[in-house]
Amino acid sequence: MREEIIISGRMNKGVDPILHAWGWEIAVYLFLGGLAAGLLIYAGFYAIRNKEKNFFTALKIAPMFVPFFLIVGLMALFIDLHHKLYFWRLYTTIHLNSPMSWGAWTLLVITPLSIIYAVLNLKTVFPQFNFSNKYIQYLSFTIEKTEDKTINWNWKFKWMRDLETFLNKKKLILMWALLIYGIILGIYTGILLSAFNARPFWNTSVLGMLFLVSGLSTAAAFIMLISKDHEEIKWFSKIDLAMIGIELFLIIHMFMGFLASTQVQIEAARMFLGGQYTFVFWGMVVFMGLLLPALLEIMELRGYKINHRFAAVLILLGGFILRFVIVYAGQSSRYLY
Amino acid sequence: MRYAMAIDTLKCVGCSDCVVACQTENNVPIGYCRDWVVEVTEGTYPQLALENRSERCCHCENAACVRCCPTGASHKEEGGIVVVTHEKCIGCAACIQSCPYDARYTHPDGYVDKCTFCLHRVNEGLKPACVSVCPTKCMYFGDLDNPESEISKVLKNRKWKLLIPEAGTDPKLYFLV
Ligand code: SF4
Ligand code: SF4
Repeated sequence: MREEIIISGRMNKGVDPILHAWGWEIAVYLFLGGLAAGLLIYAGFYAIRNKEKNFFTALKIAPMFVPFFLIVGLMALFIDLHHKLYFWRLYTTIHLNSPMSWGAWTLLVITPLSIIYAVLNLKTVFPQFNFSNKYIQYLSFTIEKTEDKTINWNWKFKWMRDLETFLNKKKLILMWALLIYGIILGIYTGILLSAFNARPFWNTSVLGMLFLVSGLSTAAAFIMLISKDHEEIKWFSKIDLAMIGIELFLIIHMFMGFLASTQVQIEAARMFLGGQYTFVFWGMVVFMGLLLPALLEIMELRGYKINHRFAAVLILLGGFILRFVIVYAGQSSRYLY
Repeated sequence: MRYAMAIDTLKCVGCSDCVVACQTENNVPIGYCRDWVVEVTEGTYPQLALENRSERCCHCENAACVRCCPTGASHKEEGGIVVVTHEKCIGCAACIQSCPYDARYTHPDGYVDKCTFCLHRVNEGLKPACVSVCPTKCMYFGDLDNPESEISKVLKNRKWKLLIPEAGTDPKLYFLV
């Protein structure tokens, strides 16, 4: 018999009895970050390949949501900080060894870039908004009024017009930047967790790829959800199917790695193979969030009448739960005793 | 200079004086602790083996907490003592996630806190509070690079072990067995 107890009593909040330093905030941030990354990658990729005509939603409408997703994600992250007034310390240094540090810098670049891209698209996405709408009226500070009360998106100030022309000229560079930073952001959310060698369940390099692919899959689902163009929906549901396939492979790959590794990682895997996370993971993430929507998408592509929005919502939900499960399970896996 | 600590598990009686001394010396908030005592019982009665270990941050050579800290708040002082600069810490808890020994916690004031090897005392030539208060004198503290130091000698002459060295942080908290 062997028994180990802390006889001096230790109940540090957030650490004992089971580590709980991160909660829903981090899961929400990882999900939104992945989704935003996926949307930017598609926008960048298809813009560079000149597919503006074919993928209007992916290139113009979906990127409008990205700044919103990123800002909500950053707010969740900020809520999670315990020493909030010092958050600017993130930007007084850069530590390449710390994923959180270069992640913070990546976000500092990608958030403004995504806002710029969204603003450049205003003209195309909302060509005829009614000025009488009371919210839009606030815009008249920067936009010239028109006779017929629709928006012309003609900026009042010359420097704004110049800036717009300049940015439109450099759009190709912008798209490359969005593509590259999107990939970095997508992988970063996984690397953030995999860099913690103290938490065996996170400590696998598969996680970076898994989060990137899951981000791409949820982004495709989001585009399917808001698009009205049948060809576009069809194309993105095909992409989504491919991503689901890769994701399933990565999940199996990850568990094979765990089971062939050290005792702590075998135990981490056991939480999912009969342990406390078995149902949420295999039932809700893998079946409900991957297999079922994949099946629905295949049936739809084969010509059955199924509403594609149903599959899209399931994928978004599955991606969301995946982040939760991984954030929580990682903290229950440990080296100690 | 490389500071380290050694605890004689054969002498320790598990009185937890070190824990109280630390809480008093460092103003540790109520309900928290920077060090703790683990008791391991092995065997079946009457053939029992007992091991008491006073544990704390191991001031790892390859400190995962320092690597993961995005602001540099967690850093190494001279002599390899790992400390947190409160005014740089954003309370992101990355270091808490990265410590395999769960030696850190978030202070109610927001920053992350843990054992400092009583750096303020060491700088004055004193020993850490836990070491100096131990009634059985089972703890040793000193410089590993100095072959004449008490700790170097005791590590040379006794058998010792490290806790979960496989976590790869190269801890500097030795347990004499
Ligand atoms: S024991 Fe934990 S907190 Fe202390 S130096 Fe090692 S990794 Fe950092
Ligand atoms: S909580 Fe503070 S010390 Fe820990 S990693 Fe974050 S900034 Fe660094």
